[in-house]
Amino acid sequence: MIANLGLAALWLAAALAALQLVAGALALGGRGQDFAGIVRPVAVIQGLLAAAAMIALVVLFCQTDLSVKLVASNSHSSKPLLYKFAGSWGNHEGSMLLWVTIMGLAGGFVALVERRLPERTMLATLAGQAFVSLGFYAFLLLASNPFERLDPVPVEGMGLNPLLQDPGLAFHPPTLYIGYVGLSIAFSFAIGALITREVGPAFARAMRPWVLGSWIFLTLGITAGSYWAYYELGWGGWWFWDPVENASLMPWLAATALLHSASVLASRNALRAWTVMLGVVAFSMSMVGTFLVRSGILTSVHAFAVDPTRGSFILALLAINIGAALVLFGLRAASVTEGEQFAVTSREGALVFNNVMLTGALGIVLVGTLYPLLAESMGQKVSVGPPYFNPATAMFVVPMLAVLAVGPLLRWRRDRLTRIRREVAVAAGLLLGGLAVMVIKGVPLLPMLGLALAGMLAVASLLPLRGRKLRTVKLPLWGMVAAHFGVAVALFGMACDSAFTVERLVAARVGDKVAVGPWQLTLKSIQPIAGPNWTALEAGIEASYQGAAPDLLKPQARQFWTPYQSTNESALDTRWNGQLYVVLGEQAGDGRWQLRLWWKPFVPLIWYGGILIALGGVLALLGRVVSDLRRIIARDKIAWRRERQGR
Amino acid sequence: MSAPDLKPARWAMWLPLTLFIGFVALFMSGLLRPAEREIKSAMIGKPLPQFDLPAAVADRPGLSSAQMQGGQPRLLNIFASWCVPCAAEAPVLAELAAAGVEIDGVAIRDQRDDLKAFLARNGNPYARIGADDVSAVQFALGSSGVPESFIIDAKGMIRYQHIGEIRADQLPMILAKLKEAQQ
Repeated sequence: MIANLGLAALWLAAALAALQLVAGALALGGRGQDFAGIVRPVAVIQGLLAAAAMIALVVLFCQTDLSVKLVASNSHSSKPLLYKFAGSWGNHEGSMLLWVTIMGLAGGFVALVERRLPERTMLATLAGQAFVSLGFYAFLLLASNPFERLDPVPVEGMGLNPLLQDPGLAFHPPTLYIGYVGLSIAFSFAIGALITREVGPAFARAMRPWVLGSWIFLTLGITAGSYWAYYELGWGGWWFWDPVENASLMPWLAATALLHSASVLASRNALRAWTVMLGVVAFSMSMVGTFLVRSGILTSVHAFAVDPTRGSFILALLAINIGAALVLFGLRAASVTEGEQFAVTSREGALVFNNVMLTGALGIVLVGTLYPLLAESMGQKVSVGPPYFNPATAMFVVPMLAVLAVGPLLRWRRDRLTRIRREVAVAAGLLLGGLAVMVIKGVPLLPMLGLALAGMLAVASLLPLRGRKLRTVKLPLWGMVAAHFGVAVALFGMACDSAFTVERLVAARVGDKVAVGPWQLTLKSIQPIAGPNWTALEAGIEASYQGAAPDLLKPQARQFWTPYQSTNESALDTRWNGQLYVVLGEQAGDGRWQLRLWWKPFVPLIWYGGILIALGGVLALLGRVVSDLRRIIARDKIAWRRERQGR
Repeated sequence: MSAPDLKPARWAMWLPLTLFIGFVALFMSGLLRPAEREIKSAMIGKPLPQFDLPAAVADRPGLSSAQMQGGQPRLLNIFASWCVPCAAEAPVLAELAAAGVEIDGVAIRDQRDDLKAFLARNGNPYARIGADDVSAVQFALGSSGVPESFIIDAKGMIRYQHIGEIRADQLPMILAKLKEAQQ
């Protein structure tokens, strides 16, 4: 019953998307002004119907309705409720339904609230959004129906991959998806603006909150995903340059560039074609990422169900959507490129540098991710890893961070470095001083650059606040400062992790003492324990930092039953200056237990930094929304007064 | 400081599309190419790593690397009851066993009851099955997933690594590789 309702809602939503596209196109073509009025309401209802289908699927999962094939193959009645709930998007069909739901809701929300753009641009934008959605509805309904039924109904489900049975599943995929799919709004705005040739500050201001919102979710999603992989995989690493990780990093890099170029367009009416281009590229990266992940043409540690037919379908969607956008760009961009001029030494100049470097880093990640595919088509198997990605991205990121120190201090349009010579001197002094200390300490090159840059940035990111009354500083400026400071914090954590981590692999008997870095560990006990759908061996380890009172750590080696798989639950002991990471390995033949131990100085700063960056985005978004609301209220008041005077 | 002219040439507007068409071509070639199962593994031509695994089920002995030397070439199959492609592979392995190939299994992170049920359901082509509860042997072999198969020659050298399930159309190829390993 619920499955049928869900499927019906999905078909209706698809039909409404088609109506939204046709009505929008007719109204734009001037042949049916009557249609213009229905586009916005249709967009809203379409979003609500998609959400209804998603809710139906979640209910089916929570009830473990095994007559639905998707539930039977991904869930199990003995699974904790949280994972039944979250399991609804922990699979291909469910995640694609989540994708169209977010796309529909975002489109509906734009239709509801965005009133600043010329109505024609809005029609084109909503028609564009419907066009993209329609492709994904077709994909769901024709090639990955989440509501497919089973007959006869199986007695029990197959269960959920134990690696996914973690609270992280509840928020990591939805967070990332909101980020990916939110960028579709920027994409549609870019299409709309290209169709009506209305590329200007109003377009940038309309697009900016959407980019900012998506970017916040992407930042949080990547940060959370990185921490999840860090403690769940038990490898002690926080970033593996895995294709799926790269698939989330690429839209983030594009969105970061877009955020900055949109602010140039909004305040200075420059970088017009470039901003439109980035709007297209950002969502394109989301789609390319989805394609890479879902088609299985690249090997990844993320074991998704892989199906070449689905891969072909997504490739066709991607080719049509992005191809059409780029053709439109080729036809129209030449007529929108004219923008305001500015000097090299200016806020715009620094932001252009930021954009070029971010785009460069994006190119590096894209090439590295796709290179194995290219090599394979020439008959070679290769894998590309940190030895390529780390130095190659650093080539772009290091100069970008150096400019980041002074960029926010520059004035718009035209400025002189001599005006801010004191700030530049402070930044350069910190950087050189930091480098000198590191050289003396013998830190490797990349961590050395990272540490010195982090120290300088931490100070330089606060400089824009200098000489201002803190109470009068506007929210977007606070946002920028917080985000840039967050970059410094995260960078410091990354550099410390790679420069100062101490790793030990030991075999220990119960009662043995082991040292790692400043820690003294004692293996006290090994005992079996049972969870709701797993059993585990749990070690009791007393860990003492430099002779202080010991903490008790309990790493587990878990065995899940359905499906059968073992996972490592690492134990972490977090101090202000770092984290102790303990993994219980297998038992050696002689009764000793393998322990993998890491002392990672300042590693949590990586994720605190990520959260700070996202918080910066939240502050900026709040600031924009508040000022937009004020403007709307003021405008309405004037309109109301006029109306009263008119009477 | 001169103002940079940010208006690029007209042809530059078509650059993104050109690049993108290249990407799509690359993606298409990736999708259309028959899945390349053969990997030049670093382990090929090297002796089998040392291991000694306990029996995974009651009616088959465990598996140690010492047993895999001497005699004729063998197929070492890495599998698990929780792995769906492994079930798909089972009939092909049964055919290989029927053709006289000696197949040894390494059950990855498996549980006795599940494994028993799996073998009852899909048939048991294995001469010996070792239980690799922590993927130690899997890692030592440089294998990254299940199922995976290795051809071990009479001297205990690894001759071939097959990633993913052996499909029916790959049977002759596997038999040829086994024959090759005899020399």
